[in-house]
Amino acid sequence: MIRYTAKRILSGIVTIWFITTATFLAMHAVPGDPLMNDKAVSEEIRRNLEARYGLDKPLSKQYVIFISNMLKGDFGISFTQQNRRVNDIIREHFPVSAILGILAVVIAALGGMLWGALTALYRNRLPDITIMFLVILGISVPGFVFAATGQLALVHLNAMVGTTVLPVAGWGTFTHMLMPALVLGLGTMALLTRLMRTSMIDVMGEDYIRTAHAKGLSAQRIFLRHQLRNAILPVVTVLGPQIAAITTGGFVVEYVFAIPGLGRYFVQAVQQLDYTVIMGTTVFYGAFLVLMVILVDILYGLIDPRVRLST
Amino acid sequence: MSEQSHKFTQLDFAPLDHREDHESIARPSLSYWQDAWRRLKQNTRAIISMYILIALALFTMAGPLLWQVDASRQDLNQTSQAPGFVRQALIVPAYKRWAAPVDQAIPKYGDLLPEELASAQGLTAAEPPNTQTVRLIWEPVPGAGGYSIYRNTRPPTSMQDLGLPLSSVDTGNKHGYEDRLNLKAEEYFYSVVATDGFDEAAVFSTLQLRPQLAITHKDALERDLSNNPQPGDEVSLAFHPLGTDYLGRDMLARLMEGARVSLFIGVLAPLAFVIFGVAYGGFAGYVGGSIDNILMRFADFVVALPFLLFMILFKIAFGIGPGESGIIPMLVALVLLSWPATARLVRGQVLQIREQGYIDAARLMGASNHYLIARHILPNTMGVVLVTLTFAVPMAIFTEAFLSFIGMGVAPPTPSWGSMCNAGVKTMLAHPHELILPAVLISITVLAFNLFGDGLTEALDARMRGRE
Repeated sequence: MIRYTAKRILSGIVTIWFITTATFLAMHAVPGDPLMNDKAVSEEIRRNLEARYGLDKPLSKQYVIFISNMLKGDFGISFTQQNRRVNDIIREHFPVSAILGILAVVIAALGGMLWGALTALYRNRLPDITIMFLVILGISVPGFVFAATGQLALVHLNAMVGTTVLPVAGWGTFTHMLMPALVLGLGTMALLTRLMRTSMIDVMGEDYIRTAHAKGLSAQRIFLRHQLRNAILPVVTVLGPQIAAITTGGFVVEYVFAIPGLGRYFVQAVQQLDYTVIMGTTVFYGAFLVLMVILVDILYGLIDPRVRLST
Repeated sequence: MSEQSHKFTQLDFAPLDHREDHESIARPSLSYWQDAWRRLKQNTRAIISMYILIALALFTMAGPLLWQVDASRQDLNQTSQAPGFVRQALIVPAYKRWAAPVDQAIPKYGDLLPEELASAQGLTAAEPPNTQTVRLIWEPVPGAGGYSIYRNTRPPTSMQDLGLPLSSVDTGNKHGYEDRLNLKAEEYFYSVVATDGFDEAAVFSTLQLRPQLAITHKDALERDLSNNPQPGDEVSLAFHPLGTDYLGRDMLARLMEGARVSLFIGVLAPLAFVIFGVAYGGFAGYVGGSIDNILMRFADFVVALPFLLFMILFKIAFGIGPGESGIIPMLVALVLLSWPATARLVRGQVLQIREQGYIDAARLMGASNHYLIARHILPNTMGVVLVTLTFAVPMAIFTEAFLSFIGMGVAPPTPSWGSMCNAGVKTMLAHPHELILPAVLISITVLAFNLFGDGLTEALDARMRGRE
């Protein structure tokens, strides 16, 4: 178990290094540099600026400097936002994205398991058919359409009731988070519902279910103790990648609902070629995702004793 | 065994005829693909989806031949027009200044307090109202020092509900007003309130009118709407069956152009990365050993890259020249980031197939590597690959739409469904059709590909036989 964890963490570190290097190279391959956006500056000022930000050194030297700073946990200062450290940008805006993402994952996971179990229970009957139709819809409609529709629904709801039931945009209180999180989680919820249904149906055909029936256990007990618990396992495996998809997919929801998350800063930074912010956010996100996947894998091993982690 | 008792007869124990041909195959023999096609045909949802996809392809390719409207032409007389039929417009002469009537017999400045003022009587339009100008006149209110004019799109119920404040006339003897502010051929409610020059009276009078859609004589000539148009004639404006966007561009033409971008990315990118993935995964799986290890480790790294962040980064890194739409950089970025999933899948398949008995048999009979790969291994992975392909298409369409939606996609003026949605979100309350139309098209396309992919999975997977 410990050896497995150590091995996963080691490969995770190598992955993060790969992400860092790929980002660094891709970013420097973009024509122009962050100082070019400025109005006409004299040659001397430009040289001074380059020296201040270390852009006058060869690329390999810049890379070494960046890596050594990163190991100290310092991503540098933003190019375009004067005197703002990248660490501060991440510290201020990542929690917003993270809270939104976590809430969305919770909604998606609970909803997915509930709907999935229901469809399997009412297999090929009306509830199943209705839910599966909605699931196909949920997978096929782009997230920004959900976001726009959700916002529109809030506008009409508030107009109908006469007061602000849920705020249409912005950030701050729990009421602000509810709609964006729901909208963000819908796609994943649809995916998880489908997975849960397949998993439930697979488990239904297992020998131990027949044994349980033969023992004379009640239907509820079989459903809750034997079927549901075993069917949840495959759903847990995809949670890791789904958390990743949700946190980055938050861009659109942040855009539509005017939420000050990290996604907006990333898009802005890429447009202005703000080297340090791009590097900081990408490496941070990359590390976060790698960590999430490892965590879910280890968690999976803990939940399911059949999985041998040493292999 | 059925529970019901069965009455046996003598016939049941009679020996059967000895037929020579009882072992011959009665049904025609079907190849794997014929069998898969037969099963696909039984899946109604998949077949309907297939027809939808064919219709979409026709819409994209044959549509522009039938509907030859320039997608970038702006029809400024009909901006944000909802879907509908041909609209008639009145040809009016070029705009001429209009002086509001002034009654010199009445003093300019009133002598009454606001609360003593009456409402304006006889509020009416001086000329038939049209979208070029609406000219209002009313009888001067005795003792007033000015008037405020408001416009609303619904009947006002109170002083707080008069709508858009248009202007205030600051003399009591000028009893007319001309409105030229962004007029549409819709119902308007004009309200006039008398003032003492500063504060408003507590009563108002309202006039309901609907301006007629108008086009100037010069515009009508330029747009070539009818032969020899004369002021006062009615002409049909350019027809936009699905309405127009905020710049008056034809939605139908734009949807067709946008479909080209979305489907180009949606079909070509998966095709490219699936081919690359098959080659990469097939090679790794077939060679095996440490080369396989290294190759697959690299694929694992690429999977770990945060997809959307790198999509944006790569797309910009490949650059967009002036006048280009940026489709190709997006395509390249998508291919670079998406191949590992296919590679992994194909490698697994190849590893499995390599150990099969028929491969050994073929090798014993002297088959070369080339022959084995081309004849046995690749064809057997095709089922999985095809399924990956159908599910990769919605993913690619989503990615394009997402990037265009956050403004990092194709460069304007090239329309794509995603960028049209982006524009539509901004006006979704007032003109929902600008968002709904492209959003529905994206959803239908992705839905059709998903359902078709589901059907294909079931048809190709022999294990699915006999299940639902």
